Amino acid sequence: MTTQYDPADLGTERLSPALRTEALEQLLTERGLVRTDVIDGFVAKYESDLGPLNGARVVARAWVDPEYKARLLKNGTEAIKEVAWGGGANGEHIVVVENTPTRHNVVVCTLCSCYPWPVLGLPPSWYKDPVYRARVVREPRTVLAEMGLELDDDVEIVVRDSSSEVRWLVLPERPAGTEDLTEEELVPLIGRDALVGVAKVAAP
Amino acid sequence: MGGIADLGGQEGWGAAAPPPADEPVFAEPWEGRAFALTAFTMGRISGRNLDAFRHSLERLGRAAYFDDGYYGRWLNAAELMLTESGILAEGAVNARARRLRGEQVEEPPAPEPCKPDYAPTAAGSLREVDDAPRFDVGDRVRAVAAAPSEFTRLPNYTRGRTGTVEMVQPAHLLPDTHALFRGENPQHVYSVRFDSRELWGPEAEPFQLTIEMYDSYLEPAS
Repeated sequence: MTTQYDPADLGTERLSPALRTEALEQLLTERGLVRTDVIDGFVAKYESDLGPLNGARVVARAWVDPEYKARLLKNGTEAIKEVAWGGGANGEHIVVVENTPTRHNVVVCTLCSCYPWPVLGLPPSWYKDPVYRARVVREPRTVLAEMGLELDDDVEIVVRDSSSEVRWLVLPERPAGTEDLTEEELVPLIGRDALVGVAKVAAP
Repeated sequence: MGGIADLGGQEGWGAAAPPPADEPVFAEPWEGRAFALTAFTMGRISGRNLDAFRHSLERLGRAAYFDDGYYGRWLNAAELMLTESGILAEGAVNARARRLRGEQVEEPPAPEPCKPDYAPTAAGSLREVDDAPRFDVGDRVRAVAAAPSEFTRLPNYTRGRTGTVEMVQPAHLLPDTHALFRGENPQHVYSVRFDSRELWGPEAEPFQLTIEMYDSYLEPAS
C-alpha cells in the first residue's frame, strides 16, 4: 500500500499510455511472447462477439418463458448457457436478480470494475468511473437520479457490490405495452444499462 | 484506510451523468491492445494470476491509476507484473516508447526471468471445499475490523460492520493469499446483506447492500 509505482513517469514528463502500449506490444512480439494476429483476434472478440446482446437475449427469453425465468433465477450460470455463450473470464458464476415495481437491484464493483463479461461484454465508461464506484454504495438513489433514473421512495434499492468472482445480472421489468411482442422483437429493446440496474427498459 | 482502489463511499468525486447512448468498446485503438496484452500477461507471460494483477493495480501511484484511465492502469499493472517476473527490465517500455518517437536512447537488456513459484490447481477461481459452510442463510455476521492482509477484497467501508447472510455462494480460492502466491486457501463465500444505516450512519439514504465475503473475513455476530 505504501508503494507508488508509476512506470510511465520519466521525472520531467509522463509518457502516454498509447505510446507505451505500442512499445510493450513491440517488445513482447519481438520476444515471441505474443503474436500480433492473436492480439487482433482477441480484441475483435471483445469488440464484436461479447456484448450486451447476449444478456438481452437471456432477458427476452425469461420474459416470454416463465419456466426459463424460474431456472434463470435459481441457477443463472447454467440457464444463461441455454441461450448464450456462458462461462469463462468474469462469468464463472452469475447470479440473476429480478427487478420489480417494489424492488430495484443495481450492480457495482467498488474495488475494480468486475462485470459479467459473457453476457454484457466489457464494462462501459460510467461503470469504471470513480464517481460511480465511490458513490453508488453510499447514495444509490441520488446517483441513479443523476444518471436519469428516478425511483419512487417506496421502491427498495438493493446494491450489489461485486467483490468476489460472483457476477450479477439484473433481470429488468418487462415494460407495459409489450405484451404482444415476440422474443425476437423484445431483444432490441433491452439495453445494457437496464441489465446493470441504472435504467429501465422502455416500450418502443 | 483502504488502498488506492478502495473507492466505496469516498466523497469528492462529483456528480454522475446519464450513460451515453452509443459508446465504442474501446475509445481508442490502443485501449484494445493494452487490454489484450494485459490479459495475456497476467497468467501466461508473467506466470502470475488475476488476483496478483489486482494487487499490481493497487500498488500504482495516483497518476498511473487514475490519470491513464482504465486501460492505462491495466497497462501499468501489466508492466509491473512483467518486471517483477523478470520478463522485462524496468524502464524497457519507456526506452522503446522514446525510440518510437525518434529519440536515440539505449534499451536495457532483458533480465533473468524470475516467475513466482506458482501454479493454479485448476482454472478460474471456484474451488471445492469439503467442510460445510460455517454460516447459514439468515445468520448474523460481522466483517473483521482490520484489513486481513496487505491485499484483500474486503473493502474498508464494510470492516467491523454487521449484516445478515443472504446467500451461500460457491467456494472460491482466497484472493488475499492467491495474489501473493501463498496458496489458494479455498473457502466458502457468502453474500452478506447490510443495511445502509449500519454502513453510513442514521442519516443515510435507506437501502440494502450485499457484498461477497470470504469465510475468513467474517465472525459470528449475535
